[in-house]
Amino acid sequence: MAIREIKAETVTACVKKLFMDCNYYIGDDISNAILKAREQETSDLAKDVLTQLIDNNKIAADEQIPICQDTGMAVLFVEYGDKVVISDGSFEDAVEEGVRQAYTEGYLRKSVVSDPVFDRKNTKDNTPAVIHTRIVPGDKIKITAGGKGFGSENMSAIKMLTPSAGVEGVKQFVLDTVAYAGPNPCPPIVVGVGIGGTFEKAAQLAKRATLRSIEVSNSDEKYASLERELLDEINKMNIGPAGLGGKTSALGVNIETYPTHIAGLPVAVNICCHACRHKECEI
Amino acid sequence: MKKITFPITEEQLKDLQAGDRVLASGYLYTARDAAHKRMYELLNEGKQLPIDVSGQTIYYVGAAPAKPGYAVGPCGPTSSYRMDKYTPSLLDLGLKVMIGKGKRSDAVIESMKKNGAVYLAAIGGAAALIAKSIIKSELVCYEDLGTEAIYRYEVKDIPLIVAIDTKGNNVYAR
Repeated sequence: MAIREIKAETVTACVKKLFMDCNYYIGDDISNAILKAREQETSDLAKDVLTQLIDNNKIAADEQIPICQDTGMAVLFVEYGDKVVISDGSFEDAVEEGVRQAYTEGYLRKSVVSDPVFDRKNTKDNTPAVIHTRIVPGDKIKITAGGKGFGSENMSAIKMLTPSAGVEGVKQFVLDTVAYAGPNPCPPIVVGVGIGGTFEKAAQLAKRATLRSIEVSNSDEKYASLERELLDEINKMNIGPAGLGGKTSALGVNIETYPTHIAGLPVAVNICCHACRHKECEI
Repeated sequence: MKKITFPITEEQLKDLQAGDRVLASGYLYTARDAAHKRMYELLNEGKQLPIDVSGQTIYYVGAAPAKPGYAVGPCGPTSSYRMDKYTPSLLDLGLKVMIGKGKRSDAVIESMKKNGAVYLAAIGGAAALIAKSIIKSELVCYEDLGTEAIYRYEVKDIPLIVAIDTKGNNVYAR
């Protein structure tokens, strides 16, 4: 395969569009799930909250304004083909420029501070992004982007279970984390679960899981079944839309896994609000 | 659906029960993490606050930028528990209404009962819809904080739910 040259501006334009689109247009998977949830709710309050979310998402799309004021920290998962060369710059600079343009030109909120503890000065363009890059064979770049709000990010958790905990231990940790979060992460939520790997790999898998359509199950039937079981259990908790009670506490549970160490069973739970925003593109 | 006004009246305050759905109109201040931290530090130094919170309403929000032609950008509530550390001091100064989303600490609820204040929930993530209820936004102070600055909003029929009333009844504890 020949080396393929891609211009930095092509990457920038792609990233800019991903973040503007994901903040204005909710995915069909989420829209469908909210409509279905409204049919199933029996309380007026729960129905009313879901109606407000449906109306809200329509206003955002029609007027091209953000679904939520927290337009998130920019997270990108990149599959970078090993035959690709950015001919006139660096890949990461091109990505950051795309984030900068989306957040400044797209009327998105700039929510990133330069230093986590001491200065906490707003960087004023929502950079830097969090970029996870994997080098893959080929001559294309595939980017999955999400704007991650922190109301739900703050309710996420990781635990280093050990092998004897088994599937029961995994279930308990996921359910405990969701119950503790309660009304805070803007339910109905999407629950991303990362199981296996190492400490950081589990967290990354959990984030990746939140960026998968909730209409797509894990390809392994054992985990697909666990996704359904956890979703059922969460929806029995009566957290409900906006945390005000009801049958819809979560819209989906997505699990991603990776092989792990003989001594370990890491589990990470990354919670996403109902505005679970993500888009993909391939260059 | 009850209609209330901001600043709220004593009568309206006493009438609100946890779980009530209300439409609110009038004037409120916005403040979130960074503005609360500054106000808290001023109080600890024995200094005056830049706004008089007595009888007033604070909405925990950091709006997105307004597109041309809009009074304000999308502006849904942020999680209230992050303001818990700073809240009793403001309630002691007479703050009557807080608007946000999610749980509050026991210390905040006790202080609300003592001071006769209510906590109202806006629907998290309904930011584009909520912005339709904001007629006017003006900067009050802390401009350097950007989206975290204190603004004064004029609101018309903003939809809210009484999450915790003056007696401490709490919709999230049901």
